[in-house]
Amino acid sequence: MSTATLNYPKPQKPWRPKQRDLVPTYLGVIATLLGTWALVEFTGLAGKLGAFGAAVLCTTVVSTFLAGRSRGKQAAKNAAVASLITSLALLAMFPVISILGTVLVRGTKGLYTGFFTTDMGLASVNDPLNVGGILHAIVGTFLMIVIATVISVPLGISTAIYLTEIRGPGSRLIRFLVQAMSGVPSIVAGLFIYSAIITGSGRGFNGLWGALALAILMLPTVARTAEEVLLLIAEDLREAGLALGATQWRTVAMVVVPAAKSGLITAMILGIARIAGETAPLLFTTGGGDATNLNPVDGVMGSIPFAIWKALISGSAESNARAWASILVLLVLVMILFFSARRLGKARR
Amino acid sequence: MAEKQIPAPRTITTKPRTSDKIFRGVIFAGALSSLVILAAIAIFLGLRGFEILAREGLSFVTGYEWFSSINSDGTAGEDPSVYGIGAMLIGTIVTALIAVAIGVPIAIAAALYLNFYSPNAIKGFLVGVIDLMAAFPSILFGLWGFNILMPSGEYWAKLLHKYLGWIPLFDVSTPFFSRSPFIAGLVLAIMIIPIVTSIAREVFSQTPLDRIQAAYALGATKWTMIRAVVLPFGYSGVVGGAMLGLGRAMGETVAVFTVLNIIFQANFQILLGAGGNVASLIILKFGEASAEEIKALMAAGLMLFLLTLLVNMLADLLVNRTVKQGR
Amino acid sequence: MTDNVKPSSLASIAAGNANRVPGKNALGTGLEARSVHAWFGKNHALADVSLDFAAGTVTALIGPSGCGKSTFIRTLNRMHEFIPTAAMAGEVLLDGRDIYASGVDVTKIRLKIGMVFQKPNPFPSMTIGENVLSGLKLAQLKQSNKEELMEECLVRAGLWNEVKDRLGAHGGSLSGGQQQRLCIARSLAVNPQVLLMDEPCSALDPGSTLRIEETIRELSETMTIIIVTHNMQQAARISDYTAFFLADGHPGMMIETGPTSQIFSNPKDKRTENYVTGRFG
Repeated sequence: MSTATLNYPKPQKPWRPKQRDLVPTYLGVIATLLGTWALVEFTGLAGKLGAFGAAVLCTTVVSTFLAGRSRGKQAAKNAAVASLITSLALLAMFPVISILGTVLVRGTKGLYTGFFTTDMGLASVNDPLNVGGILHAIVGTFLMIVIATVISVPLGISTAIYLTEIRGPGSRLIRFLVQAMSGVPSIVAGLFIYSAIITGSGRGFNGLWGALALAILMLPTVARTAEEVLLLIAEDLREAGLALGATQWRTVAMVVVPAAKSGLITAMILGIARIAGETAPLLFTTGGGDATNLNPVDGVMGSIPFAIWKALISGSAESNARAWASILVLLVLVMILFFSARRLGKARR
Repeated sequence: MAEKQIPAPRTITTKPRTSDKIFRGVIFAGALSSLVILAAIAIFLGLRGFEILAREGLSFVTGYEWFSSINSDGTAGEDPSVYGIGAMLIGTIVTALIAVAIGVPIAIAAALYLNFYSPNAIKGFLVGVIDLMAAFPSILFGLWGFNILMPSGEYWAKLLHKYLGWIPLFDVSTPFFSRSPFIAGLVLAIMIIPIVTSIAREVFSQTPLDRIQAAYALGATKWTMIRAVVLPFGYSGVVGGAMLGLGRAMGETVAVFTVLNIIFQANFQILLGAGGNVASLIILKFGEASAEEIKALMAAGLMLFLLTLLVNMLADLLVNRTVKQGR
Repeated sequence: MTDNVKPSSLASIAAGNANRVPGKNALGTGLEARSVHAWFGKNHALADVSLDFAAGTVTALIGPSGCGKSTFIRTLNRMHEFIPTAAMAGEVLLDGRDIYASGVDVTKIRLKIGMVFQKPNPFPSMTIGENVLSGLKLAQLKQSNKEELMEECLVRAGLWNEVKDRLGAHGGSLSGGQQQRLCIARSLAVNPQVLLMDEPCSALDPGSTLRIEETIRELSETMTIIIVTHNMQQAARISDYTAFFLADGHPGMMIETGPTSQIFSNPKDKRTENYVTGRFG
């Protein structure tokens, strides 16, 4: 039987609509377009959002009618719901497109070659756009991220190791607390550092306090992601290590953690992405300096979010443009981190 | 016939080696950091704000007036200072509720769409878009909200008032539509949509496949299947996700500072530009505050901390109940 | 699992069943599959299956794991197409009309061709009573006397006596065998002509299995039943006809079909004989 050439038919998908069946659909699309145009012309719905709303209404009505006509009430309800759900889902995507587009268009206007090499030490946010830049902000953000990472990553990974490897007493409480901590508003983190370290002590603002506030926000992200990643490491890997006579700490350090290496790096990147754009905590702790400051423990420290904040508050046309340019830089940074984490995450699987 | 004695189980003890003891100690100390930090936040904010809390008592939370009579140079003014965040608390809750009312239905729809309606070819891309939005810094929403959304939001608010102004919620005592709780709620809604969508998506994807197939085998359409199987299954998880969004909306600062007016009155006319929220209050007053006013701001921060802590704990309980147990 | 069972004992079981007359009150004129093929992407899983299921009969589909029986049964109620890479060829005729023809309302087909799954899956968010009637709710069918219908379906499924006092209890609070009978009652409520059963007893204990087999015999009075089973004694006990599937490296195919007693006592194909005598499987 295997040697005979068998004349098998080609695979088909008879449940897909054929061309003939689609004629009512094409008519429906035309009806929708006409209806949308009519609604926009004759009522107060204006702008892109208004057109979208009119289109949604027309699509829902037309698809419900078509489905009901051919297959009855149930199909009509199904079509109406499908149309609404799809529309709302599209609505959810609008802001991203608008935000990305606006940042790109407005941000590029404020950029010039000196933007990355000068700081605001001698300039004001209201100066013309080719004066001053965000060097101080980039340096500040970089320094604070490094310090925050150095503090929060060991603590976060320790927490994760405690929860997955040691599974000691209090694990449930600690896991619960980590989740509670991830809900702490960023302003509270900044206010806390201020109240604990700066108030009444005569100490001034500096980069270290900002980094501490950021570390508080970064810790839960690192801990949760690291825990997820460590849980994925199969139990037999640990057992293999222990069966070879290794102590627990050697098993963890030399078997489990290396196996989870890329996942832990992902956890770190996600933590950094979380705090790179945080503004509120820095407002209470760093003082928002305008000059480039390489010393995190001495003197006010600038940062990209703080620079944006200052420009935003100032309200002039120049400062607004400056804000857009700075946020373009910040967004590029966040997107690099985001895509790196995703790439690493996919490579693992 | 003698009965066979079943021996009692042996107690097995392991004495960990010294290196392991040190290892466990170090890791345990690291893991305690969360507990220490959370406790420290409550303690320090409480300590610093204690004086004001003790003085104002319950009216700190219920009073509507905020007046610091101490000048920044330390000299006392004539009238006594009074600190009450009641109006701001109401504003925090109102704007957060608006955010949830607008954002959660959209998020649920988006999650249903991604799981059950979207073509496979674009699903991965759309999920990436939503996750990217979750990574946007809040100041980006603040800048965009102020420059782009607010003019558009004001237009829609006026339209809403024109057609639905007979409902007290949408009425305004003066036609001042700028920087209202509605617009702030709108910005917050856009901010929380990615988070709630993500959670809802995960919850819906855990719906047992055999129940979905059973519904289809009984002749269900996609919508009746979702209504009968997916939504009951994911209900508590989605509510948890909504509460997480609520907590996030309550604590947001820079995203709404520029689009919210701060006027010390309880404002339920959401289209009117009055009211405020606690986080914006703290930012507004911090720059010029006297030592005493700073204490009051600490107390306000403590209240915000406790409020968001409560909401988030409830949320986590609900989400874990669905996602981990798989009813 | 049946291994090394002598064909004669299976044949004698089947012989005890041979005098069963197909149900006279069966709805419809049965189901026919003509040259059905099934693919998952490029993987040709099922080739050229043609079977005719007469009204009121019970047909068992037997064969080793992975030979395409479950895939085949899912082409019969158009559940196969849920898998994104699925494709098929051929026709499935219900009352003489192809259910894959364009313009056919697939949800209506599934009301006429019901399915009971391997793992019992009552809806936990509904009570026992609501579960039975859930088919009506999902398809939004009108029914004037719901209570009567519920009782009738539970009686036919052999569950009424055990749950009549607790119809308001949670759908998931029953034992495995009871849950499966609840699923059967649920399928009956929409009045199908054909009932497909995909290894309905494989997750149940022998006692529940026998109860369900009794139910199947009674149900075949009024409908056509097609049951996939790994258990050859079960096939011998309850079916009028048996079809043997095999996949052996090629796409799965239907090797032989015939009256059950004949398949077990005197199979025509050597492979069928090897399987029913337990030489492999």
